[in-house]
Amino acid sequence: MDALTLARLQFAVTTVYHFFFVPLTLGLSILVAIMETLYVQSGQDVYKQMTKFWGKLFIINFAMGVVTGIVQEFQFGMNWSEYSRYVGDIFGAPLAIEALLAFFLESTFLGVWIFGWDKLSKKVHATAIWLVAISSNLSALWILIANSFMQQPVGYEIINGRAQMNDFFALILNPNIWTQFPHVVSSGLSTAAFFILGISAFHLLRAASNHDMHRRSFQIAAIIGTLAVIGVIMTGHSQAQHMVETQPMKMAAAEALWDTESPAAMSLFTVGNEKERRDVFAIRIPRLLSLLAYNQLNGTVKGINELQEEFTAQYGPGNYVPPVAVSYWSFRLMVGAGMLMLLAAIYALFLTMGEEVGSKSPRLLKFFPYLIALPYLANTTGWLLTELGRAPWVVYGLMKMEDAVSINVGIGALWTTLIGFTLLYGVLMVADLYLLVKYARKNSSKPLSQKSGEAAISLAGD
Amino acid sequence: MDLNTLWFILITVLYVGFFVLEGFDFGVGILLPILGKDDKTRRMIINTIGPHWDGNEVWLLTAGGASFAAFPHWYATMFSGFYLPLFLLLVALIIRGVAFEFRSKDENPLWRKTWDWAIFVGSLLPPLLLGVAFANIVKGVPIDANMTYTGGFFNLLNPYALIAGLTSVVIFTVYGGLFLSLKTTGKLHDSAISLIKKAGPVSAAFIIALVIATYLSTDITAQLGINPGMIPVGAALAILAAGAFFNQQRQGWAFTMTAVAISLSVISLFEILFPRVMVSSTSADFSLTIYNASSSPYTLRVMTIVALTLVPFVLIYQGWSYWVFRQRITEKSVLEY
Ligand code: HEM
Repeated sequence: MDALTLARLQFAVTTVYHFFFVPLTLGLSILVAIMETLYVQSGQDVYKQMTKFWGKLFIINFAMGVVTGIVQEFQFGMNWSEYSRYVGDIFGAPLAIEALLAFFLESTFLGVWIFGWDKLSKKVHATAIWLVAISSNLSALWILIANSFMQQPVGYEIINGRAQMNDFFALILNPNIWTQFPHVVSSGLSTAAFFILGISAFHLLRAASNHDMHRRSFQIAAIIGTLAVIGVIMTGHSQAQHMVETQPMKMAAAEALWDTESPAAMSLFTVGNEKERRDVFAIRIPRLLSLLAYNQLNGTVKGINELQEEFTAQYGPGNYVPPVAVSYWSFRLMVGAGMLMLLAAIYALFLTMGEEVGSKSPRLLKFFPYLIALPYLANTTGWLLTELGRAPWVVYGLMKMEDAVSINVGIGALWTTLIGFTLLYGVLMVADLYLLVKYARKNSSKPLSQKSGEAAISLAGD
Repeated sequence: MDLNTLWFILITVLYVGFFVLEGFDFGVGILLPILGKDDKTRRMIINTIGPHWDGNEVWLLTAGGASFAAFPHWYATMFSGFYLPLFLLLVALIIRGVAFEFRSKDENPLWRKTWDWAIFVGSLLPPLLLGVAFANIVKGVPIDANMTYTGGFFNLLNPYALIAGLTSVVIFTVYGGLFLSLKTTGKLHDSAISLIKKAGPVSAAFIIALVIATYLSTDITAQLGINPGMIPVGAALAILAAGAFFNQQRQGWAFTMTAVAISLSVISLFEILFPRVMVSSTSADFSLTIYNASSSPYTLRVMTIVALTLVPFVLIYQGWSYWVFRQRITEKSVLEY
């Protein structure tokens, strides 16, 4: 493999792995903060148990997000030094601000929160977790401001062959950020909601567990989860519309749309031949893509072939087509997972609102632990689409990936770090999952006189 | 003063913050297997830095981020050039951070032993590697006209760099010992004291060696003159004061003076560098400076406003968190880690 491929593979491995932990941090910090606020306001012990139970899982997950984040911060310089030189003026700024504004706050107050239970008043302690929640979401904002520049460069001019910032406000008000950030925040919340729904469902089906606490956790997660999934879908929709405008090639790849169509049909299922750029088999719904792109039944959506020609005319010869199959299936998996999540969240909400839910319906409860996988699938495929769909560009329209990679890092060094990180990450994943499962199964506190799981399970409250 | 100089100073401040704060928690990690004879003691040791290590580490991340924003070429040249040492640094920081959170969450002795080992290695490697890296930055490494590092891994392992690396390990060990003596009571406190008694003279020897090596290997005399000025001399005086206070059993002052000495040493190092940020051993013309490696004036201006607004808040709330956890850890403390 050549250096570019190795560097890209390493970026994929470290980034996907990092983002395996981040969404849960983003969402669960908010949910734990809500739980502790309920505790402070009501004084009920069950909310304290809840805060501690989910807080423990939060911490185990958080540690992994933090340490893998350090790699993210360093690897631009290590593997992508030419990129760093070219856009450092612009890209470095949000990264530094993220550290100054968010990382300090997050890490300091998480320490205060973990160790401060008996040292601080209830209110100050709850404030600490709110600061953690706010700062981790702020850190997402700043890193997405950096990422948005790569998707849609704004606020810069090219001077002496380098991109230089000339408008900070354009950078932070990048139109891309206003669809991307809400999408990521709501996907984080829905990840946390499904995490709680799954684990609480597991406990509700187990006789020995603390049903009171888990029933209320399930309720909170059902409400927030439903709202969050609706948010994810709505913001995803506007992201897709934005993409048609700013990165038409990504949309064409995500739809496996070889030729321009007007009005455009949407593919439900395509088996394509990527080399020859044609469908082998496809089920398509007429006009639907135009509808999704422009909210009306007409409108042109450009296809891969025409875009390739346009790009060649504009930027010179080269291949401007991203990996179509990966983009297409990533998009399908993300949206598919989103739809299933919507159904499941509404069902969970229905369970918590119903009067006494008899023994019949909650049988479906046993599926909730498996549904935890859905947001993880969607998060990963979402980023695959966002990043791979931009190929061959590292900064859209400005710099190609092949020009971004470090020129003095040899194949041997790249293999060393690739193998090293992969092995290390593999081992840590095992340890992390071991702890998460162990603490997720733990019986948080003495069950309040719950005898048997056979009795009808009420999720509606007593 | 122009903004380039201001950013040189700000990055110096970030590294000072990092070494002064994370320095003692590296030391505490190094001392874990040495002073922690049983599980309870080991837990007490880790809990002295429990609430702080993560916030301390952010100083390094911020220094990295700030050099990316203010001096992108410095960031690019250094990170791609010092590739394998940085990889090792990352591995060390990763296993260390995870180990703090994970070690006490399972009873299995093998589990705990493994993570304790990770804490030790993860605390030992960073000061070693950073010492090596900074020594090379000042001493000079092969950098060509395109600001690209042209050396290999073994260029970095020269005697001067190794002395610097070892010196920083030894100093942070003593510094960590002083921190432990302030944060614990009883047996653990006493064992920290007797360790410093032994390690103190060793660190003094290393410091002397490092000073001599610095005169031999860097252009300090050209940069600062034969009399290096207030700051390096102040560093030396602070070390002497630390020793004197320690002998009078005033550990609080000994700790403070060590912190002062570490700060002044880091500042001295940047003084020798100025206005360069990386010295090229290939040709003086190829050295990276605060001018040829910097961002545009516009970016520097934006970042100046941001940094000068935010850093004071960071200092206030981090200071507050040390105040919250000012009590010593005893046998009876609730141990979260
Ligand atoms: C169900 C309908 C959904 C739609 C229409 C949708 C749409 C999109 C689009 C178009 C992108 C690419 C944006 C770009 O490259 O500019 C994207 C990315 C992403 N999606 Fe979704 N998505 C949906 C569901 C989900 C769900 C359920 C999750 C996770 C719980 C999720 C997580 C992500 C993430 C993490 C990214 C990458 C970051 C970003 O660019 O926003 N998405 N989504």
